[in-house]
Amino acid sequence: MTPHWIEYLPPLIEGAWVTLQLTVFSTFLGVVMAFLFGVGKLSHNPFIRAFSVAYIEVFRGTSLLVQLFWLYFALPLTGQAIGIDLRLPPVVAGVLALGLNIGAYGAEVVRGAIQSVHPGQHEAALALNFTPRQTMLGVTIPQAVPEMMPAFGNLAVQNLKDTALVSLISLGDMTFRAEQIRNFTQDSTVIYTMLLFMYFGMALVLTAIMRLLERRVGQWRPGKG
Amino acid sequence: MNDPIIRFDNVVKRFGDHTVLDELNFDIRKGEKVTIIGPSGSGKSTVLRILMTLEGIEGGVVHVGGEPLWHEHGPVGLVPASQAHLHRMRGQLGMVFQQFNLFPHMTVLRNITEAPVKVLGLGKAEARDRAEELLELVGLSDHAQKYPHQLSGGQQQRVGIARALAMRPNILLFDEPTSALDPELVGEVLNVIGQLSEEHDLTMLLVTHEMRFAREISDRILFFDQGRIVEEGSPAQLFTSPQRERTREFLGSELDRVLAV
Ligand SMILES: Nc1ncnc2c1ncn2[C@@H]1O[C@H](COP(=O)(O)OP(=O)(O)OP(=O)(O)O)[C@@H](O)[C@H]1O
Ligand SMILES: [Mg+2]
Repeated sequence: MTPHWIEYLPPLIEGAWVTLQLTVFSTFLGVVMAFLFGVGKLSHNPFIRAFSVAYIEVFRGTSLLVQLFWLYFALPLTGQAIGIDLRLPPVVAGVLALGLNIGAYGAEVVRGAIQSVHPGQHEAALALNFTPRQTMLGVTIPQAVPEMMPAFGNLAVQNLKDTALVSLISLGDMTFRAEQIRNFTQDSTVIYTMLLFMYFGMALVLTAIMRLLERRVGQWRPGKG
Repeated sequence: MNDPIIRFDNVVKRFGDHTVLDELNFDIRKGEKVTIIGPSGSGKSTVLRILMTLEGIEGGVVHVGGEPLWHEHGPVGLVPASQAHLHRMRGQLGMVFQQFNLFPHMTVLRNITEAPVKVLGLGKAEARDRAEELLELVGLSDHAQKYPHQLSGGQQQRVGIARALAMRPNILLFDEPTSALDPELVGEVLNVIGQLSEEHDLTMLLVTHEMRFAREISDRILFFDQGRIVEEGSPAQLFTSPQRERTREFLGSELDRVLAV
């Protein structure tokens, strides 16, 4: 007779696949948001700046769970009230909530890294007559990215762990599957131990990938090339 | 030819309520090599930074190539310059920084080709040829593919000079180009600057504490103190028979500084 835990594996792996997709898509969305609003917060345009600050503060100042519930349960009702269909599939609500949330934290990372670039770099760029846009894209951001990588690595792992929350809107991620098996078998110890190891394993892989990326983007730095 | 290429006309510069340049006036002719000397805080860097449009001015007018730098001609007199005007004017100037300020994430070659390609619209091949010529001029042909951190300070500064020259400026500004270097690396950078000083058309404005070098290459020396020109003249005049007490004092202290090293 095969031990029970082997029978739990297929549904858990199915859930892991959903967790992986959620992590990848929402981290990607988060990075895009982080750059948009991190740069936006440093904009000379007061409207862009105010909008960026508002986004960052709202998403950092409220819980991810509430954001998720709001997008999934409240948004459709709001839409109904004004006559638009704003119902989101669970995956979309999950990716949006996770991505927007991590984007708000990431925006502060991006802003900090951009501000850490030496002022002499901007002066050199101006003396060579680069436009502000060319300076940002060609000089500032390439130097800021390696600076951001460790923090982004932490955020990505944080994000992986946060995906467990989407099980609460019936998305079939790893935690959701575990919960299903547990309801059926009552084998809590084994299932939750497996769940723990699977998240930990995924986090290890993710950390390793971020390390590689970090090295790749910082190749030009002293002692890293 | 008689029109100055640079003219400071009653220029006032303040930081808060600290007046750094107090109605400063001077002219520099095309092709002239001028060195600014003076004690720390006297406003030497500020003059260069105003010319490079890194600092604005609070009063007066700066002219470059016969045009106002920080102003434009409006319907009734001068109005503050637009970004477009500043962009156009900047094309005449280049600057070499005390801390080199090379782009650390680009190879030496890209440091030199980036602006010609992106700003001047040069083709990649043409920019590369230009860069290779300049690297030869500064004696760094073998280092094109290195990153700045793989070079010595003296080599980095020579790349800084090549990078500025790649934009073909009429006026080259040097702000203490050798002050951040170990003493044994100063010579190689001064050699390159000395070579450039032979260029008939290039106007050079140099801030330095290398008095002997200033004396060799300059047509004229401006001695600054507290945001004003206390004394100016040919190197022979200013170094051998300074007229003002303040100048003598300063030259004496510089001599002590050099002897103390
Ligand atoms: N960004 C700034 N904010 C406030 N004060 C400034 C700023 N830049 C320069 N100053 C002040 O302006 C004065 C002139 O500075 P500047 O850098 O032109 O001097 P300098 O002659 O180049 O001196 P040094 O030989 O030390 O480089 C100094 O008193 C300095 O403290
Ligand atoms: Mg200075």
